[in-house]
Amino acid sequence: MSSLPEGWDMVVGLEVHTELKTATKLFCGCANNFGDEPNTNICPVCLGLPGSLPVLNEGAVEFAIRIGLALHCVVQPSSFHRKNYFYPDQPKDYQISQYDVPINGPGYLDLPDGSRVGIERAHLEEDTGKTTHVGGTGRIHGSDESLVDYNRSGVPLVEIVSGPDIRSAEQARGYAAELRSILIASGASDGRMEEGSMRVDANVSVRRGTEAPFGTRCEIKNLNSLRSVQRAVEYEALRQIAILDDGGTISQETRHWDEDAGKTQTMRSKEEAYDYRYFPEPDLVPVVPSEAFIRQIEAELPPMPAQRRRELIAHFGDAATDAQLDQANAAVELNLDPFIVGAIEKGITPALALARTANELAGLGDDAMSLPKDDYIALLKMEDAGELSATQSKKVLADLVAAGGGDPKAVAESKGFEQLDAGALDATLDEIIAANPDEWARYREGDDKLTGFFTGKVMAATQGQADGKAVNAALRQRRS
Amino acid sequence: MSDNTRPLNEDDVRHVAKLARLQLKDEEIIRFTEQLRSVLDHAADVASLDLEGIAPTAHPLELSNVLRADEVTASSDRDEVLRAAPSVADHRFRVPRIVGEAP
Ligand SMILES: [Zn+2]
Repeated sequence: MSSLPEGWDMVVGLEVHTELKTATKLFCGCANNFGDEPNTNICPVCLGLPGSLPVLNEGAVEFAIRIGLALHCVVQPSSFHRKNYFYPDQPKDYQISQYDVPINGPGYLDLPDGSRVGIERAHLEEDTGKTTHVGGTGRIHGSDESLVDYNRSGVPLVEIVSGPDIRSAEQARGYAAELRSILIASGASDGRMEEGSMRVDANVSVRRGTEAPFGTRCEIKNLNSLRSVQRAVEYEALRQIAILDDGGTISQETRHWDEDAGKTQTMRSKEEAYDYRYFPEPDLVPVVPSEAFIRQIEAELPPMPAQRRRELIAHFGDAATDAQLDQANAAVELNLDPFIVGAIEKGITPALALARTANELAGLGDDAMSLPKDDYIALLKMEDAGELSATQSKKVLADLVAAGGGDPKAVAESKGFEQLDAGALDATLDEIIAANPDEWARYREGDDKLTGFFTGKVMAATQGQADGKAVNAALRQRRS
Repeated sequence: MSDNTRPLNEDDVRHVAKLARLQLKDEEIIRFTEQLRSVLDHAADVASLDLEGIAPTAHPLELSNVLRADEVTASSDRDEVLRAAPSVADHRFRVPRIVGEAP
């Protein structure tokens, strides 16, 4: 599975920060709303003004426990610490986090490929504000400056730390993908990586052989997509191997992933490593969730991706092809399987529901999840009944997702999509056959490869209005 | 500071001052080293007690689970808050650019 040079092994652990979908921040009643006007959700607590006191959000505790239970963690009594550092994104000059006793202790995550990755902990902490750097062309001549928005300051986060159990870049991606699905399924997080609500850091080291002691590790930051996770881990392992092969040594450091350049670069070395002077947060008392509370959350936990994968594949029985199994995994990974199951239950052909969801809906980004399921099923129904061609259906789908929903019939009409009637199809076929007599002769002699040629010509001539199945039927009919 | 047997020295105080972004004169370093050492000596007295069988205390109050409901309350007025800031641009706090990324 690994693409490392012979004899080398990589050791990877991931740290994932996820924002929780609470209504309010971790220690104050300010709204937790991504994208609001800057500095509109701020108060003395999340600005760290003297005399203000934090009070822990019950909803954040419940979400953190949900995540812990979904990852088979030990949910335990915990307390908070102050992590001290100076940076303008943190107005108090310390971040409230959990240190020696996190709310969730050891657990594990099973990947679709059958491997298991240990979870060391999943603890609660607060997010920081958002700084935007502006260059020297600003109003103050020649100065560089940063602008700070504290809306995000104090938003609840759970940091999930894996064990050093990951052994390939693909597995790192698989872990991040499965964790993202679990976070979304638990209802605790929306897992939107491009908006920064889920952020991944990777600790990467290499060693000679699977039994050798762990090597010196580097921490890779700025992994903003699943693709970045895989590419960055692969790049970093190969970088370290090249240095060691040359007789060099790895220095422990934090490195920044540059997605465009496809490289990691030094951010800070170990000598500059921060000394956070953790000490107990005196303004907060311990959190001791009762056994009854934990069991109640466990009982209400929705089905997790592993179970949903099994249930989805069951709709296809033993007939599922490898491609369909991949499609099913992709759909569950993106939490789109309810669209497929919902459509199948409404009588849509399962293969169509799976293909449209895993190929087209999944390709429409995070907004796809917000499409009302009924609108989607209504569209599939039209396509399944032959009222829309596959090409037309895909175009209507893109419009529906962009608009956040709507009536597919109205969208199809507004685009002038009407299924070509049989007469128009016949006339088009007549013209195409007349223009391509050699191909038609070969097709009549049984050269089935030309089916695609003629279907393509019809689609081009009708701008995708023809139904592929109807074209195939007409071709076969004329041949016999 | 985990090494309990070694007495605090001036380099320790310089390190802590640097972390706290405090600029101290040499005579202040000497004075604070003495003062901090006496604080640590006092803590060492506590460490010498026999605490066998006594559970660690996370907080001096006998309290746990002080929680609030996840309900939005009014935030502060943005203009009022920003008026108190030394420098503002685009409704945001304007600060000198810090080299490097957040830790
Ligand atoms: Zn607040």
